[in-house]
Amino acid sequence: MRRILRRVMQNRGAVAGGVVLAVILVCAVAAPLIAPGDPMATRGRPLLPPGGQFPFGTDMLGRDVLAGIVHGARISLLIGVMSTFAAVLIGVTVGAIAGFFGGWVDEVLVRFTEFFQTIPSFVFAILLVAIMRPGLASIIIAIAVVTWPPIARLARSEFMSIRHREFVEAAVLSGVSQGRIIVTEVLPNAASPLIVVSSLMVATAILTESALSFLGLGDPNHISWGYMVGAARTVFRQAWWLSVFPGLAIALTVLAINLVGEGLNDALNPHLKGRIGA
Amino acid sequence: MADSLISIRNLQIELPAGGDRVRAVDAIDLDIAPGRILCIVGESGSGKSMTAHAIMGLVPRPLRATGTISFDGNNLVGLSEAKLRAIRGRRIGMIFQDPMAGLNPVMRIGRQIEEVYRFHGVSGPYAERVESLLGQMGLPEPKLLRHALPFRLSGGQRQRVMIAMALALDPELLIADEPTTAVDVTTQKQILALLKRAQAQRSMAIVLITHDFGVVAEIGDEVAVMQHGRIVERGPTSEVLKRPRHDYTQRLLDAVPRLRPRKSAVSERSAPLLSASNITRDFVNRMGLLGPRRTVHAVQDVSFALARGETLGIVGESGSGKSTVARIIVRLLSADKGDVRLAGVDRNFLELRNRELAPLRRRVQMVFQDPFASLNPRRTVFEIVSQGLLAHGMARSEAERRVSELLRLVALDPSAANRYPNSFSGGQRQRIGIARALALEPDVIVADEPVSALDVSIQARVLELLADLQRRLKIGMLFITHDLRVAAQVCDQVAVMRHGKIVEMGPSAEVLFNPKSEYTQLLVDSIPGRNTFGSDVPDRAAELRGR
Repeated sequence: MRRILRRVMQNRGAVAGGVVLAVILVCAVAAPLIAPGDPMATRGRPLLPPGGQFPFGTDMLGRDVLAGIVHGARISLLIGVMSTFAAVLIGVTVGAIAGFFGGWVDEVLVRFTEFFQTIPSFVFAILLVAIMRPGLASIIIAIAVVTWPPIARLARSEFMSIRHREFVEAAVLSGVSQGRIIVTEVLPNAASPLIVVSSLMVATAILTESALSFLGLGDPNHISWGYMVGAARTVFRQAWWLSVFPGLAIALTVLAINLVGEGLNDALNPHLKGRIGA
Repeated sequence: MADSLISIRNLQIELPAGGDRVRAVDAIDLDIAPGRILCIVGESGSGKSMTAHAIMGLVPRPLRATGTISFDGNNLVGLSEAKLRAIRGRRIGMIFQDPMAGLNPVMRIGRQIEEVYRFHGVSGPYAERVESLLGQMGLPEPKLLRHALPFRLSGGQRQRVMIAMALALDPELLIADEPTTAVDVTTQKQILALLKRAQAQRSMAIVLITHDFGVVAEIGDEVAVMQHGRIVERGPTSEVLKRPRHDYTQRLLDAVPRLRPRKSAVSERSAPLLSASNITRDFVNRMGLLGPRRTVHAVQDVSFALARGETLGIVGESGSGKSTVARIIVRLLSADKGDVRLAGVDRNFLELRNRELAPLRRRVQMVFQDPFASLNPRRTVFEIVSQGLLAHGMARSEAERRVSELLRLVALDPSAANRYPNSFSGGQRQRIGIARALALEPDVIVADEPVSALDVSIQARVLELLADLQRRLKIGMLFITHDLRVAAQVCDQVAVMRHGKIVEMGPSAEVLFNPKSEYTQLLVDSIPGRNTFGSDVPDRAAELRGR
């Protein structure tokens, strides 16, 4: 574990991403301290440019853009992490069962996964949110439902190859139960690629959430970056700060997560980079 | 030596900090004479391969070589890529261990050989040259073969193609890095003969890297023994083999398994502990989605019996079905047909359902081939060895006691229990694997090539350990191996398999020293260095027969 951490630390991009991510995380946690009160409440005159009392300006209803961004970070990160968690849970379960047992079980689960993959994911997400009514839970569920198939496919292929490794066969011969074999023998060895993919998936989930909010399908009770960009699009030419700051927040977060994910990838699979000979 | 083709002086290759030693190659001096075969022998990690790669200028990246390797007025160390490229392939050829990895799978054989000419600016037409080259390599129907894709060829044939590519431009030196380690003995013999013939015809020099003194005895003019990055002994092959001066050479020579009859441990064959009859297994695979089905008869009508305290060797080349038999016996693979009886169980072991099988699994355990793949890298030795004990409901404290006992039994320190597999060497890992197999006090152990991934000196110790444990614990052992010498050392009975069938079976002294079938005879004849290392065989065999 320590060695992996050290290898991540050697990667400059990953460290930079980690620092940015940490700052965003602190902002999200400390949002009530940085910008006390309801971010949806009017604070000053509408459409004030950045500077003075409002470093990021105000929007057309006089709401503080900075407050929106720090509070929006909570929603973006929450949705990113929760929906990825749900997607990994579904994906790994389906993939693990399909890959480990093979045969007709595998056949059925692969078809099931493909069924989800053939539907364009964003359209599917919009549909799901529209059916379930916009809200935090429905957005998380919708993103999880459209993003689990790639995780399932990856988990399946990992499980298939590890299942036939000799140490797994040795466990079978020792009479260890199949559930235990999956959890203690196979899963830990399949973990690294799954961790990498899920870390990158957090970024995709944040983007999807922003896109949904942009289209007005976000949770109306919570401010989010996508919603801010969406609301600002009509006044883009008069008040650039309304869309640029939340847009930057999205871009920076996604970039930071990607950098950390890449760093994890290099650290967990050092052989792929050819830095360490076999 | 003034007339040497290549002379290496003070060659050093430093390893990155934090490794188990500072230098992969530690200040070696070596002269390679033209027109001779020099064998560099050593165990894994001795630096032999690194030395060969340094000559080609192929030291893998962060590492760097220092010193001089003079070849025709150039120092190959630190020579520019462009100049090295002109030498590689044209004047120094190289072949590698794994013929699968060396060929482009989607390019036709002839085309790949042509590329050698093309890259070095030799103008065509190439067809005739390629065909004659393939012919010289003893490959069948060169005209047709030229248009084949690599997957059509067997491992031995691919290695011949690799040799053809290396020899295409008549190099002055051929570097062969373990060229026969990945092929069967019979193929090995042919390839060594081919190398020797090619060497004589072209009067080129060969540097052959190997871990097997049998190969050295077979082909080498001169030999250099490497240990920990240094050359500890060097001289004419016959001299070194007969009168080694260095202790390490002596140790390596002693460790070479010899084809030598062994006294059977079981004086009288008792009722069988495990008997198998008519095991049959086919594999059906399709070429492509709609292609024709192809049935491979992996195992056909194999029958044998194993007594308590006895070792039955199943010997054969790759693809003979010996591993399939092993996996069927431990029930990792199902059989199409067959009956296996375990003493005390009056049902067919192969037909037991999973629930009925669970309590009986402990009686048949397995030792795997690859000591690296067979231990889960993410679990401690205690967890690995105790998994079966815990699964069968033993209390943790009791399991801890038992694990230290088992580790002591396989000559490991009980403190090993808390460490992870990556802190152990190959031989130690194999001991952990053996401890795991013994944990459930099995009656039968199936050992699938348990020593083929180990260095000779370690091989000998692991074999001793297995034989000793088996004697003490009175276990019946099914020993799968491709190496007849190893079989002779540990097996009481031997079954020789070919194409899924047993071609000969009997007491190992009989089968290996007085083979009745032509195939067994061929296998025995193919043992490398047989005349050097097994010189006592004919007399002993005769002696045995006379008794």
